[in-house]
Formats: sequence, structure tokens, C-alpha cells
Amino acid sequence: MANIKCVELCKNYQQGDAVIKALDHVSLDIEQGSFVCLYGPSGSGKTTLLNMIGGLDKLDSGEISIDGQRVDLLAKGPLADLRLHHIGFVFQAYNLIPVLTAQENVEFVMQVQGVPARERRKKSLAILKEVGLEGMENRRPAQLSGGQQQRVAVARAIVSQPKLVLADEPTANLDSQSATHLMELFRELNETHSVTFLISTHDERVMRYAKRLVKMQDGRVIADETQAPV
Amino acid sequence: MTNANHLPLGVMTRMAWRNLWRNHRRTLIMLLAIAVGVWAMIFMTALMRGMVDQMIEDGIDSLPGFVQIHHPAYRDDPSVENSLPQPGPALLEALQSSEVTGWTSRVRVPAMISSERDSRGVTLLGVDPVGEVALGFDPESVIEGRFLQSPDDKGLVIGRKLLDRLETDLGKRVVVMSQDPENNIADRGFRIVGVYNAKLAALEEVYIYTGRSTVQTLLKIDGQVSEIAITGHDYRDVDKLYRLVQNAADENADVRSWTELDTYLGLMLGVMDGFVLVWIIVIFLALSFGLVNTLMMAVFERVREFGLMQALGMKPAAIRLQVLLESLMLLLLGLLAGNLLAVASILPIQDGIDLSAVAQGMEMMGVSSILYPALKLKDIILANVVVIFLGIITSLLPAWRASQYSPVEAIAKT
Repeated sequence: MANIKCVELCKNYQQGDAVIKALDHVSLDIEQGSFVCLYGPSGSGKTTLLNMIGGLDKLDSGEISIDGQRVDLLAKGPLADLRLHHIGFVFQAYNLIPVLTAQENVEFVMQVQGVPARERRKKSLAILKEVGLEGMENRRPAQLSGGQQQRVAVARAIVSQPKLVLADEPTANLDSQSATHLMELFRELNETHSVTFLISTHDERVMRYAKRLVKMQDGRVIADETQAPV
Repeated sequence: MTNANHLPLGVMTRMAWRNLWRNHRRTLIMLLAIAVGVWAMIFMTALMRGMVDQMIEDGIDSLPGFVQIHHPAYRDDPSVENSLPQPGPALLEALQSSEVTGWTSRVRVPAMISSERDSRGVTLLGVDPVGEVALGFDPESVIEGRFLQSPDDKGLVIGRKLLDRLETDLGKRVVVMSQDPENNIADRGFRIVGVYNAKLAALEEVYIYTGRSTVQTLLKIDGQVSEIAITGHDYRDVDKLYRLVQNAADENADVRSWTELDTYLGLMLGVMDGFVLVWIIVIFLALSFGLVNTLMMAVFERVREFGLMQALGMKPAAIRLQVLLESLMLLLLGLLAGNLLAVASILPIQDGIDLSAVAQGMEMMGVSSILYPALKLKDIILANVVVIFLGIITSLLPAWRASQYSPVEAIAKT
């Protein structure tokens, strides 16, 4: 389960003398199994919202709960546990570990989780095949294209079937076919395993897959509508 | 749910190894610095310890012996009046112990030696040649003629430098004059039967040798000797030997170990270990700046990576461990190279380094002009342990820094 409840989230950043309101009293409820897309212009607060829900940053005020547990009150250790076992991240920049191969990057989280080697290898090879990177397991990030790196990052995020996937522009640098393939993968996870997806995107191809569209602007939610996905 | 939140050690080790070589040049420079530092620690320690060991061994050979017995007043007044008898039955029995590797008794008195050209003040030693060899006299040091053949030998063996000073030669006669217990002049003509070289050249002008009985007859001190010198297995550990001799000797006799007879030498032994530790630490301190700099650079270059690891669920402690592992790997590689370099540079000079160019200076310190390095396992272990221990301590700051980045700030860095 990954029921997310956000209440009056506020976050400001200092930029020189200016104070940037990244989140301005944002309240949002996301049920388990949702497929939500956050969209809006750059600087609207989409990435900040994802970071807050994922426990990567601290709120100035407000509450975030995941399955009733207050994420905003957790210490570093329990937050790390939450991210490790229940949340998959796909960042805006690919963020792979440069000295690890594609397969090792995918296995990274499972290794930290303590998954046995055989199971790890089996899952990582399967997911790399799913994202169209079969045969590239032993390449390091420097030997992969931007799109390929992004697919490795996505593979890493979903390989252990987390309860919640937070994806920030996951289809950036992907061609149409790869983007569609990726979204199909997301949809399958969502529908068969009830994985909750919260995706920040400008990509309309991605938005078509969403069951719910949340528009943000200037740190606020200005529209929130459901739709029938493709 | 795991509480560890870190990668298996094998994976971390693999990552650490690969991270080391992300910047070949920087890593190689740091490895070179560590290797040279470790080499300096071990090599210089071997030289210094060799010098000190030699100083002590030569000093003990000059005394001679690890333990000596004297008349109670001898040390204040080393004249012939303060003599003691040859060892009695109890002492003789003790001197058969396995703790004793050799012993001898000698007559040692101040004397004057005169040739037809010159005169010099010397120390006349009446010895048993067999006993002298057991206590460290090297028969090979007699470069002309022969050494003494018995305690009754009436020949005289003098040093090369003294021979030159007196402008005399092997086979020629000289007069040796001293004082008997009645304060009468006792003198006699001797033929020079042997000429010796000493490790410390200055001693060649000091000591002259003849048979013990010859001197006893000359000074009318039949059966009396100035000192009984005993040697054992290890000069670093003389307690047992000392107690053995003290318990067996006459209760009025003055029994002393070499550390008391030559306090400077005794101090050198104690000071050397401390000096080695200080030397190693000083070299490491110089190294540590480079090590910290290298690790901090490596951390600053990987801020996003550390943020990513935290975002993926690795705890700060695991990130610290990762950085420390990289540091440990760097240290171990540097240590391996440094140790090999040290051994490879010391082995070829095990037969000694000829420092005759500075022989005079060396002799002032009581060290001969051939320097023998002493490579001790305990010094190698100490250097390695200090480097690893202090290296890890030095790495704590960069490791801590790596674990303190906020994931979102770190990932956002370009």
C-alpha cells in the first residue's frame, strides 16, 4: 500500500536575497495504486514535491504521511529505510553510479536490501531486457547513451517492485518508441502490482497514461483532474 | 528490513577499487607518496637502529661483557690496589650455566708505553686470549703478527695507530711501565708480536694486550684481577644473567650490568624504540596532508554520487564506510609498495655501507665507519600499523564530509 497524504506543504529556498516559494500550501491525497502525473511550467514545484514525498528534503511546514506514517518527522535512518524498501526513484538527471556496470547499477538497491545474489542477477537481467538493454549489462554509464542511461535508472527504480515510484521526467532523452515502452512497463506495474506512480513530466505521451493529472504553478496545485488513461 | 543498509563488503571493495582508479594520476601520485614515506620510515629506521645496535655492540665489546664484577672501590679508583681474586667455586659453578656464553678475567691498569721515539699513556690489559675471543675480541682484527697464545704469553699486541704514533714496528721492543700495589714503578720490556685494527680506530691508541699472568707477575698481584667479565645471549635482556652472577659472586663484590657500566649506551637502547615511533609519526604527518587532500578531492568530485546513494537508501554510516574503504585500499597499496621498496633497498646493503669518508665523526659517536642496517620485523610492523591507524583517522574527516550531504542538494549539483 502507498497512500500518500500531503497537508499544507510549504517550502522556501533562498536564492541570494530572494526567497523562492517552491511549495506554497500544497495539499494532495494520493491513493494506493494511483497513476498521477504532475505537470506545469518549470519552477512550478513539481520536483520539490517529489523530493518532499520521497524524504529527500525537509519541509518548512506541513505534513506528509505515507500509509499513516509521518515522513516529515522521520530521522535520517528511518528515512533511508523507507526509501530503500518502499520507494523507487527516477531522477531528472540519470544519476547512475559511474564505476558500476548497468547490471550492477540495477542490482545496487537489491544489494543494499540484502537480496540473495542469484535472485538479484535474475531480476536485474530480466528488467534490463524489459527496458530494451539486453546485451548491455556489462557496460558502464560512460559507454551508454543518454537514453540508455535513463532506462538503466528506470530499471533500477522498479526492479524491486517498490510500493511507490517517484519519477522526475523519466522519458527525457528517450525516443518515442522507448518512451512508450517505458510507460507500458509502468502501467503494467501499476495495474498488476498496484504500484503507485507519481510522475513529474512535460511529456504529453506520459500524461496520456495518467489516471489523474495535477497541474502546478508557482508552488501551488491549480488543477487536479482524473482522466481515463490510454 | 535490514538495519545495515550497506552494500556487501565484496561489492564495496570492488567499488572502492574502481573509484581509486577514476583518476589514475592522482591515485598514482598519492601511492608514490605513501610508498616513499613508508620506505623512508623503514629504511631510515633500519639505518638508525643498525647504527645504535652497532654502537651498543661495539661498546659492549669494549667493556667487555654484559655483566662485570669488580672490587667495590674499583669504579672510583681503577688502580691495581682495587683488585679481586679469581672466581671462587660458587662463581665458577654459576659461570657454567646455560645463561653464560663466555667469561674471562683480566687485569686492567693504566700504563705508559715507550718506544725509542715516543711515549704514550695507555691501558694495559693482561688477558686470557681464549676468554677474550669468547667475549668478542676478533682474532681477524690482528693484521700483522699474531694474537696472544696463552695467559702466560709475554708478547705485546698493540693497535695500528699506536704503532704508528710510537714510530715503531712489529718485532721491535718497547717498555711498558705501571705501578704496583706498593706504589712502586713496575716496568718491563716487551716485544711487539702483533698489531690489531679496532672497529673504533681511537681504541687502537688506548689498549695494549699481553698475557694475564705476565701482568700479574709484573705488578706482583698473583691471582688477582681487575675485573671478571661475563657475556650472555642477548644484551637487550640481561636481568637473568645479572641475578645469576650477583647471587654467586662474593657479597662484597661490585656486580654491574652493561647498562650501568655505560649508562649512555643503556639509554640509547631505551631511547631508540621511542625515537623510531616519533620518526614514523613525523613522516606520516607529512604524508597525511596529501592523503587528506586526495580524499577530499575524491569526495568533492562525487557529491552527486553520494547524494544518489543516500537517495537510494544507503545510510550515512555506510557512505562513511565506503570512503574509509577506499582510503584503506590506498594505504594498503602504498604500504605494499613501500615495504617492498624498503626491503629491496636494504638487502643489498646488508654487508654494510662504507662511511670512511666521515669515519672521524662516526667514531666520535662511538660508531665504526661501516654501517650495517638492522631490518627488524617489529619496526616494519610498527610502520605499517601506524600508517594504517593514523591513515584511517586522517580519513575520517573526508568520510564524514561525504556522509553529510543532503541528498537533494547533492543530486542537484552539476
